[in-house]
Amino acid sequence: MKDTAAPSPEAIRVDELHKSFGAHHVLKGVSLRACEGDVVAIIGGSGSGKSTMLRCINFLETPSSGRISIGGEDVAMRPDGSPLNRKQIERLRQSLGMVFQSFNLWTHRTVLENLIEVPVHVLKTPKDEAIARARKLLARVGLAEKEGAYPAFMSGGQQQRAAIARALCMEPRAMLFDEPTSALDPELVGEVLQVIRGLADEGRTMVLVTHEMKFAREVASHVIYLHNGLIEEQGPPDQLFGAPKSERLKQFLKSVA
Amino acid sequence: MQGFWAPRRIVMAAIAAGIVVWCVLALNWTWLADPKYQGLILQGIWTTIWILVVTMVLGMLLAIPLGLAQAAGPWWLAMPAAGFCGLIRGTPLLLQLWLLYYGLGSLFPSIPWIRQSDLWPILRQAWPYAVLALSLSVAGYEGEVMRGAFKGVPHGQLEAAKAMGMPRFTIFRRIWLPQALRRVLPTLGGETVLQMKATPLVATITVIDIYAVSSRIRQDTFVVYEPLLLLAVVYMAIAGVIVLLFRWLENRVPQKTA
Repeated sequence: MKDTAAPSPEAIRVDELHKSFGAHHVLKGVSLRACEGDVVAIIGGSGSGKSTMLRCINFLETPSSGRISIGGEDVAMRPDGSPLNRKQIERLRQSLGMVFQSFNLWTHRTVLENLIEVPVHVLKTPKDEAIARARKLLARVGLAEKEGAYPAFMSGGQQQRAAIARALCMEPRAMLFDEPTSALDPELVGEVLQVIRGLADEGRTMVLVTHEMKFAREVASHVIYLHNGLIEEQGPPDQLFGAPKSERLKQFLKSVA
Repeated sequence: MQGFWAPRRIVMAAIAAGIVVWCVLALNWTWLADPKYQGLILQGIWTTIWILVVTMVLGMLLAIPLGLAQAAGPWWLAMPAAGFCGLIRGTPLLLQLWLLYYGLGSLFPSIPWIRQSDLWPILRQAWPYAVLALSLSVAGYEGEVMRGAFKGVPHGQLEAAKAMGMPRFTIFRRIWLPQALRRVLPTLGGETVLQMKATPLVATITVIDIYAVSSRIRQDTFVVYEPLLLLAVVYMAIAGVIVLLFRWLENRVPQKTA
């Protein structure tokens, strides 16, 4: 990954991950390593397993086998891949801010309530502190005046920016983005990408599943191309997008261009 | 013609007022002046209201686990819950009430430790059986409604909570249950009115609600029709309050899911 003299600590590590849904073998041994400050982009066609791979990192999907460690801490797994210790999973999830394709803001709460929900009710942050942090984050994603709004009354772009702020409000070690712009109208994609780019610029660790190739090339420090549950090719973005080696990746890049 | 004072409205209001005036002047309301009946009527209204409120609350408290068990529970919880709801919804409430009152009610006195317990002065009365039967009825119907409501909460809402490391019970308490309850509010308003209209059944097991009071007045005074009119007015007034209450509740949270 980054060629620094003193490598930064490891944030996320996935080793030889397998995942099957019944007889369907979705991930066939994939690995990923993200150090602090890395932006890893996962690209690939539909059905390549990229979302599944991301969702295994915080155990929204239970891996079939493999090893996952967050911040150097191995996730305790049973032989069948299921998590051994619910408390550990919950704690590790709190250090990973997840952003979904469909935003998933809680519709019965205002934007501000969405942001402070987990800090106040799970992490036991004092409420005024959480509110102050939430307001700062909302200002940052350009939603300062929307704190009292309910999600249903906001555009998709606004909802996704609020969802990013909600994830940031837990002060996570790393962010996971699962196709964050795929459900958006084309004219709303830009505002969300701009927020994510800002996070990358400030050195946030992120793993990003995306269809936005131009964006991936610009913000990622490392790109993984998945095909049929296997890593077909990976490397720095300029190499992957500029001089793809594998025939499949060339085809794929041509088809999405 | 638009507006509140449109001619058709004035005509309708006049007809309604005419009917009310005719009822007041032409019918026999002298029994209403009797302090004995006034007291009974107030007590009867109070009994009807508290039975309604208590059985709705108890029934909903039971309906939540019943709905959850069916929506997300393992089969050994889901099956009995579905069976209970089916049983309650498939048999007449009057039958359930009588089975409990004449069944349990006659079984208990034959068990010495119950007769000697501190609860006996309560258990020998009729109202506990009325409350039990009506609560179980609410639980059966609303358990089914809650099942749908729990299932109707979009999966992504729960997944977001999970992804942020919320413990399971916190997800239930803070995300799943509030959203499910908000979904059932419109249904629940209607079901509360239906429950109100089921309360007169308790008169058949000697609980003195407003229906029992009106029957008593009719028997005492041989005034056949007017106490029934009073009943209609009382039930309509309670129903009106229920409707307004639920409308207020629904408006309190903007109901819209995109």
